[in-house]
Parts: sequence; C-alpha cells; structure tokens
Amino acid sequence: MANPTPVAPEGRPRGNLAQRLYAAFDSPGRRRALHLVLLAILIVTPWLSSQYVTVILTNALLYVVLCLGLNVVVGYAGLLDLGYAAFFAVGAYTIGILTQQFGFNFWAAIPFALLAAALAGVIIGGPTLRLRSDYLAIVTLGFGEIVRFTARNLEITGGASGLSHIPEPSLFGWYIDSSIDFYYVFAALAVLAYIASQRLFDSRLGRAWLYVRHDEDAAEAMGINRVAVKLAAYVIGAIFGAVGGIFFSVNLGAISPESFSFQQSVLILMAVVLGGMGKIPGVILGAFIVVLGPELLREFDTLRLLIFAVLLLLIMLFRPSGIWPEKRS
Amino acid sequence: MTWYDSLLQQLADGLVLGSFYALVALGYTMVFGVIKLLNFAHGDLYMTGAFAGFGGLSLVSGVLGAGWLGIFVAMLLAMLAVGCLGVVIERIAYHPMLAAPRLSILITALAVSLVLQNAALSLTGGQYTAFRTDLGFGGLSLGNLFISYNQIVLVATAAVLMIALELFVSKTLYGRAMRAVAIDKDMCRMLGINVSAVIAITFFIGSGLAAAAGTMAGAYYGSIWYFMGFLIGLKAFTAAVIGGIGSITGAMLGGLILGLLESFGTHIPFIGSEWKDVFTFAILILVLVFKPTGLLGKSEVERM
Repeated sequence: MANPTPVAPEGRPRGNLAQRLYAAFDSPGRRRALHLVLLAILIVTPWLSSQYVTVILTNALLYVVLCLGLNVVVGYAGLLDLGYAAFFAVGAYTIGILTQQFGFNFWAAIPFALLAAALAGVIIGGPTLRLRSDYLAIVTLGFGEIVRFTARNLEITGGASGLSHIPEPSLFGWYIDSSIDFYYVFAALAVLAYIASQRLFDSRLGRAWLYVRHDEDAAEAMGINRVAVKLAAYVIGAIFGAVGGIFFSVNLGAISPESFSFQQSVLILMAVVLGGMGKIPGVILGAFIVVLGPELLREFDTLRLLIFAVLLLLIMLFRPSGIWPEKRS
Repeated sequence: MTWYDSLLQQLADGLVLGSFYALVALGYTMVFGVIKLLNFAHGDLYMTGAFAGFGGLSLVSGVLGAGWLGIFVAMLLAMLAVGCLGVVIERIAYHPMLAAPRLSILITALAVSLVLQNAALSLTGGQYTAFRTDLGFGGLSLGNLFISYNQIVLVATAAVLMIALELFVSKTLYGRAMRAVAIDKDMCRMLGINVSAVIAITFFIGSGLAAAAGTMAGAYYGSIWYFMGFLIGLKAFTAAVIGGIGSITGAMLGGLILGLLESFGTHIPFIGSEWKDVFTFAILILVLVFKPTGLLGKSEVERM
C-alpha cells in the first residue's frame, strides 16, 4: 500500500515563538476571538487613560487609517508614493473650505471631499503610472509639494496660516467635540479601514495587484490591465487618505499647509515600511510605532527624529520586509 | 530700467542659480548612470557640504582669512570630506542593496537622506547658521545692470569644475571605465575593470561636486540650515531629467536651462515668485511624462 500523504502533525506546532503564536490564532474561531478582544480593548481604553493618552491614541488611530491607505499603494500595488500627504490635504481642505466658507453641513461635504480625492488620485496617477518606479516616486513627491504650495498661495485655502474655526460636526443634535468623541470616531474609521484593507487584499483586485507587483509583463500577458489596476490602487489609497483628512480637519478645527508637508508623507511611508509593506497587522503596528515612539522618546528632543531615521535605515538594511513581514506564496 | 537691462539681469541671476543646479544635477546623473539609483540623499550631501565648508572656513580663516582664498580652500576641504562621506554611504547603505528590489533601495536612499537631515537638525537645533565671509558686495555696473564679483567667481568656478569633470570622464582611464560601467557592468567585470572601485569614484566625485555647490551657496547666500538640501535636491533632479538622466553634458545643460527658466519664469505675469516652485515641479512632471529621456538622454526600453 502506498504511503499516505504526510499530514501536518497535530498538537505542538513547530517554529519559533512568533510562528507558534501565529499558528495558535490560525483558525477562524480563534481569530474572531482575538478580534473581539482587540475591539474590547479599543472601546475600553479611553475610560482607563488620561486625556493626554487619549489624544495621542486618537492620533495613532488616524495614522492607522492613513498607513493602511498608503499600504494599498505601496504594499499591495508596489508603487512608491512620496506625496501621500497630498490626498490627506485634499480631504482636509475640501471639508475646511466647504463647511467654513460655503456653509455646507459637514456630512453633506464628505462626498465632495471623497470625490475630490479620487479625482486627485486620477490626476496624479493617470499620466505617471507608466513611468519607472523611481520616476514615479519623484513625480509623486513633486505633486505633493505642488499641492502644499498651492494651498499656501491661494486665498481660498487661507494662505500660509491656513483655515481655522472649522465647525465641529453634529449628528442628530449631538456635537462631536470632546477628545473621547473623536477617539471613538477615529477608532471606528480605523476598524473600517482594517476591514476594507482585508477585503481588498482578498479580492480579485488584490490578487491583480500582487501579480503586477511581482511581474508586470507577466501580469499583462495574463490579461490584467496594469494601468487600470494601478490607477485603482491610487484612487483607493487617495480615498483612505481623504477620509483621514476629513476627520483630521474637524478634530483640530484648524489646518495649515505645514500639516501636509513632505515630512508627513515620509512619516506615513516610514510606518508602512517599518511594520511590513503589504501586511495589515504590520502596518498597524508601524502606525503605532511612529506615533507612540516619538512620545516615548520625548526626552531626547531633536535626537528622536535622528533615532527614527537610523532605525529606518537599519530596518531596510537588515530586515527589508519590515518588522512583521507579509507571507504569501 | 529698460526691458533689455532687466532681461540681462535675469540672465545673470539665472546663470548663478543654474550653476548650483548643474553642479548638484551632475551627482544625480553620474550615480544614476553607474548604478541606476535615484540617490535621494544627494540634496542632503549638498547641505552637508555647506556645513563642511562652514567648518572648513572656520578652520582656515585664521590663517587664510575669509576671502576668496579661504573659501576656496574650505571648498576643497568640504569636497574631500563629503566625497568620502558619499563613498561611505555607498558602501554601507547602497552596496548591500544593489540586488534587492527597486523599492527597497529607493526607501534606503530616503532613509539615508533622513539620517543626514536629522543629524544636521540635531547638531544645529534647526536654527539657521550664519555663513560669514569677507567677500563684500562689489561688482561691475554696466548701465543699470549690476553683476557682483561673487556671481562672476561663482559661475567661473562652477564652469571650471564642470570642464574638469568633462575632461576626466572623456580623457582619463577611470573616466572611460565609468562610462563603460554605465553601459554594462557584467561585461566590465569580465574585462577586468574593478566595478566597485569605479562606483566608489563616481560617488566621490558626485558628492564632492554637491559639496562644492553647497559651500558656494553658503558663502553666496550667507546662511545655511539643515533643510536647505531638500528643495535644491528636487530641482537638481529636475535639471538632470530635463537634460536627460545619465548624460553628464545633459545635467549641465539642464541645470542652466532650469536656472534661467526659474529666473525668467518668476517675471511672467500671473506666475509670481510664490509660484516659482510649482512652476519647476510642473516642468519636471511634463518632461517626465512627455519626454522621459530628456534633451540629451538615450532612449532606453525599460519598464520597472
């Protein structure tokens, strides 16, 4: 009788701690349990922490949304975008201008902001996606700077000082204004972004991105329209960024061009790269690291940015796929 | 001031700006030629060069003074120091990554740029540093046109450096090796060319030229700070692309064209000086989209 095909040994999984931990949660039931526990932690945290911590965590959740958005572009589609803050700016400024200068209701302005960001994605992506990756990187950087300079030079965007007194949104007569309110808003957005990222990853489009990232020519030979799928990555990434920007603007109540500088784009990219491009939990981890890290290193003052830069360099040299890399065969 | 005076004045200002762009663009284009890497840290080497020149000047000014001679020696010191820094960066950060995916090496270059920038930020506390010289403000007056001696010396120095580079690349053994490596690395290895030495020399020269531009810019504008390399890095890249990336003559040409375009562009109605940078980036994007090989670049069928 022929030998039966070897079965994976039951009981003790092999591998190092991370792999074992990973294997322990590798069943739908346990994974759901883990999700519920994390969700519970997310809900309970602001009640247990000071206002300072809540504000920092809110910022971290904003970065989760932005990083998951950039991850679609960089991690999934493999396009280096150095001007991601531009989409963040488009979302924030559209809301600021419409609500403050045209008297729009916040919720009514959201579709316009999303539309503007998607349009920006098409405008930036359309002519550039045929370029080599390093040209693409520099063109996105150029676009990012153009958006910032434009915001600084136009009157409608409030010039260098930006827009202030952006009204806080209300929902059925209840104003979203305290720091805990905004914590929950961003927590909900982060959860939504997480679910959307996961669904995109598993979708037909997600697989198309994977093929394009690994071998464009082969992907095209298989009938994938590479320009269309790359453009889709841009537009989806832009919408994530705009969502972040929309709620960022009402959270702070004021925006200025300097919130959307090249450094902002780099910080978001850094989070994605540190965590692990294409890996959702890794990217979330990265977002928390770039927001909480500087807070923890506060006593080092200006050195903390240097520490971060060196860390990024070391990660690229010794662990180029990030702290929590993607494994997909 | 008549219109042609104003035109000549813009021409003079554009040449000065263009010299800076050209010197920095050369580094981009040379590095791109040999290892096909867009060195994001190049603008920051220009910044480091400005600080090295500042340090060099404070070393030598006691003996040589802070005039032309002192600045010239300081510039040579800065070129040497930053040239070596460029080689070290190539060895530590880029060399191990040459076989890695394009995305990884680009991010590594970005990380190097951030390290240089933040190191300068930590050292200076983000403040502007005054670059004091004894150069004075003398110059030639031709009617309403005024060209300072500083501008003349600056453009002349840049021209000498570029001619020296052109001679090096076209006439010497190492220059020939550099051109060969740009065409086919593997073949060069088989023919016994020490490819990593050629790459190191390329980084040394490119970084040295950036440092020369940095020192001159510091002396010319009178102040330096940690973020000064960012915008000029982008613009020099634009210049390299206009000229055709990989082409040395193209980088010089592109730098001058961009300098002149910017100088004249700010005087076109509706494009005021506050739109100057937008104007530059728009040129960059248009060139990349419609003529990615630039003016003098060779067309290359490559998709990444």
